[in-house]
Amino acid sequence: MKDDHTSAPRTVPIQSATFSNPVNAEIRRAAATGIYDIRGGGAKRKVPHFDDLLFLGASISRYPLEGYREACDTSVTLGTRYAKNPIKLDIPITIAGMSFGALSGAAKEALGRGATLAGTSTTTGDGGMTPEERGHSKTLVYQYLPSRYGMNPDDLRRADAIEVVVGQGAKPGGGGMLLGQKITDRVANMRNLPKGIDQRSACRHPDWTGPDDLEIKILELREITGWKVPIYIKVGGARPYFDTTLAVKAGADVVVLDGMQGGTAATQDVFIENVGMPTLACIREAVRALEDLGMHREVQLIVSGGIRTGADVAKCMALGADAVSIGTAALIALGDNDPKWEAEYQKLGTTAGAYDDWHEGNDPAGISTQNPDLASRLDPVEGGRRLRNYLKVMTLEAQTIARACGKNKLHNLEPEDLCALTMEAAAMAKVPLAGTDWWPGKPGTTF
Amino acid sequence: MQTIDMANTPLRDLNATLQAQAEATNQTAWEIVNPKGSHAIAVGLDAEIEVTVKGSTGYYCGGMNKLATINVHGSVGPGVAENMMSGTVIIDGDASQYAGATGHGGTLIIKGNASSRCGISMKGIDIIVHGNVGHMSAFMAQSGNLVVCGDAGDALGDSIYEARLFVRGSVKSLGADCIEKDMRPEHIALLTDLLERGGCDAKPEEFKRYGSARQLYNFNIDNAY
Amino acid sequence: MCGIVGLFLKDRSLEPQLGSLLTDMLITMTDRGPDSAGIAIYGEENANISKLTVQSDTPDQAFATLEADLGTALGSPVHLRRKDTHAVLNIPRGQLIAARAALAALNPDIRVMSAGDTVEIYKEVGLPKEVAARFDLRAMSGTHGIGHTRMATESMVTTMGAHPFNTGPDQCLVHNGSLSNHNRLRRKLQREGIHIETENDTEVGAAYLTWRMQNGATLGEALKSSLNDLDGFFTFLVGTKDGFGVVRDPIACKPAVMAETDQYVAFGSEYRALVNLPGIEQARVWEPEPATVYFWSHADTSTPTEKAA
Repeated sequence: MKDDHTSAPRTVPIQSATFSNPVNAEIRRAAATGIYDIRGGGAKRKVPHFDDLLFLGASISRYPLEGYREACDTSVTLGTRYAKNPIKLDIPITIAGMSFGALSGAAKEALGRGATLAGTSTTTGDGGMTPEERGHSKTLVYQYLPSRYGMNPDDLRRADAIEVVVGQGAKPGGGGMLLGQKITDRVANMRNLPKGIDQRSACRHPDWTGPDDLEIKILELREITGWKVPIYIKVGGARPYFDTTLAVKAGADVVVLDGMQGGTAATQDVFIENVGMPTLACIREAVRALEDLGMHREVQLIVSGGIRTGADVAKCMALGADAVSIGTAALIALGDNDPKWEAEYQKLGTTAGAYDDWHEGNDPAGISTQNPDLASRLDPVEGGRRLRNYLKVMTLEAQTIARACGKNKLHNLEPEDLCALTMEAAAMAKVPLAGTDWWPGKPGTTF
Repeated sequence: MQTIDMANTPLRDLNATLQAQAEATNQTAWEIVNPKGSHAIAVGLDAEIEVTVKGSTGYYCGGMNKLATINVHGSVGPGVAENMMSGTVIIDGDASQYAGATGHGGTLIIKGNASSRCGISMKGIDIIVHGNVGHMSAFMAQSGNLVVCGDAGDALGDSIYEARLFVRGSVKSLGADCIEKDMRPEHIALLTDLLERGGCDAKPEEFKRYGSARQLYNFNIDNAY
Repeated sequence: MCGIVGLFLKDRSLEPQLGSLLTDMLITMTDRGPDSAGIAIYGEENANISKLTVQSDTPDQAFATLEADLGTALGSPVHLRRKDTHAVLNIPRGQLIAARAALAALNPDIRVMSAGDTVEIYKEVGLPKEVAARFDLRAMSGTHGIGHTRMATESMVTTMGAHPFNTGPDQCLVHNGSLSNHNRLRRKLQREGIHIETENDTEVGAAYLTWRMQNGATLGEALKSSLNDLDGFFTFLVGTKDGFGVVRDPIACKPAVMAETDQYVAFGSEYRALVNLPGIEQARVWEPEPATVYFWSHADTSTPTEKAA
């Protein structure tokens, strides 16, 4: 047989799945710069999520409600445990804490306008309360953070609720980082720091550690605000059973639980992608903690991290949440990552949909920036209208599903109204794999 | 002088009464007896009243104070005058950890010793300690002045921003990015005023000044550990 | 996450009041730990006897004939004094190990709370006030004692999860904080043959001290090495036959207050716990330094403090 080297079949080049091109690019980048990647947003990796759950609609064994005609209540009251003035919301979709500094003043105003029009609350962030958001938010939750940037008792008393932030889903156990280029005079002044320096937000509160101390901190906050407003405790999704239990024991009115898809203005990519649990995996454990304490629906549970649609909202309710919170989705509603800015995203070395350098302050959409020229691209009135529309659509979607399951209250959705498409989602949500009566870990069964 | 006895007055009533005093009140002098280490005494005040606490307190005494003058005739627990905005808090005895944490303004005077993390994350408050301060004091201190007439513990001023630290005695160790700095005439003048306000019988010339080397201000891999 | 109290008496005239003083201190710390409470009290020494404090969930049955059965098994007289779910067994001095073995054979469901010459440990689930009443802690006298109120973090609220934990003859430990490397350490200690019953982080801390001491370390040395081998946040208060000791982790965020007068040395997670002690207004009050081992001993009533390596 003729030995023909030139025409013999050859091994084609194979890219390593482990050392993929993006991985190798990161290695080269780290080697060249000596800086780890800092970015905004939440986990981008694919994790089991609400898409892996489906609702079981009504047919003969259950009877659906007529869409648009028969009422399906979406209202929720938060903070019924101790607060004299609980928060009453028309819809169970709230706007998550995002800082002035991370966002422009106009973006904060737009969030306030949209939330108010939709009958829900918005939340301050690291860096304090701005007149823009207080003025345009009917119901404003004031975050009490480890850094205490801009923290003052007047704003505390102006708030409708206080959210003690222990952690967030993007970085449970970590603090934030706002790079110097975003620190304008106004931001620096609000934070009592020099202009232009990196701002490291602490990972732990400066004056308490642990639930026994937290109980005393909550007492102080209630004494300062006359026991009027609810006190929320926000935790990152990591050990949701224990963290929910301890938040309740420490005296919380509301527990806010943020899964790993939850966004941040800025932290290490390695943190965002490798620490914390998917939102889906957190909810049932938190609800179990509340049930074990006899506190489910007494202490309300707000879930956040990757909520996008009315279906996501309805699924959270079915798993036992009282409300959800959106951050990233609200920014997208305002215009973040809109393809109309594609040419500018390209100039920044990225593309619409992938832009996450929120900490750098060059946001073409004018949202995560302090540059006045860029910020002027966002009209807060139009932004508010867009956010209001989006919130209304999500609410209608959630109602549609609830009615189809025969509920005249969104909160009457149950885990038994769901099935799972994957083993992972079945195990995490503790609902049966579609077409079976089983999920991995179901009591009395073996894998 | 109005007296509130905590042996028979709930904390809520105590704070509600003090918080209700408007700036124009003529009831300016208040005395609290039997505090017995209770938490959150005289928090969230917002008027130029004078409150004297006869005894020792627990956590967060004078928390978030504005305008009021609070004098504790005893020792205080963690987080005294935390996040104070203005006014004066005077502790005759010792202070536990986190004294003056995140304080934005006003003056905190501790006549005894302060424990660890005194002035942690301070943002404009002036803290004057007649005795010693414990480890990690002025951790992440952003602005304001910390005066220590005695000694400072380990890791003073770790990750400090623009706060000014004046220590008369020894410093067990300096924290990351904290260095000794020159005492220039303006610092002597500033310290003279602080010592006078703090009622300290000490000479400014006996102090050393510490502050930020500003090496941590922008991220650099060689500064990480 | 919890409240800790301790009282070491220098003035013997206060000994009849030890239980009452310590109970007040314990109840004051209820907010820090409403889940369970426990106390270790060191009483007067009798040269002829040692003591086992035992607990049963079914004390009526478990303790009915225990005195006689154990006496028969040991071949010497045993005295049983029941207190609610607990009982104190007086054993002839020198027969503690034999008594524990006999007890395990007689009824493996009976749990040993403490073993030693002078210590008695009582602990149960419930509010500190209720726990103190069940065991009539106020009526107890003694030379020193430590107590604990628990807010469970990552393990179950059970009797065995309550503190104090017995670490060796006449030794015990209470803890405030949360250890972050207790799982691997638990497996290591179990491989070394140390018995650990619960998922509790503090029990691992206690077992660690037991293990170090079984390998020749003094309690002081074991506490010093704990600063290297235990991770996380902790304030430990340890009781010994002669006195008590305190150590805090190097970060030292969990609160700790001490007071000393000519009559006593007292420890509390908060000053509040100390306010009703006699002469507290004149006491020297301070906070223990991080990573430093402190000891007070009846053998030497000065206050030696030793900086850990």
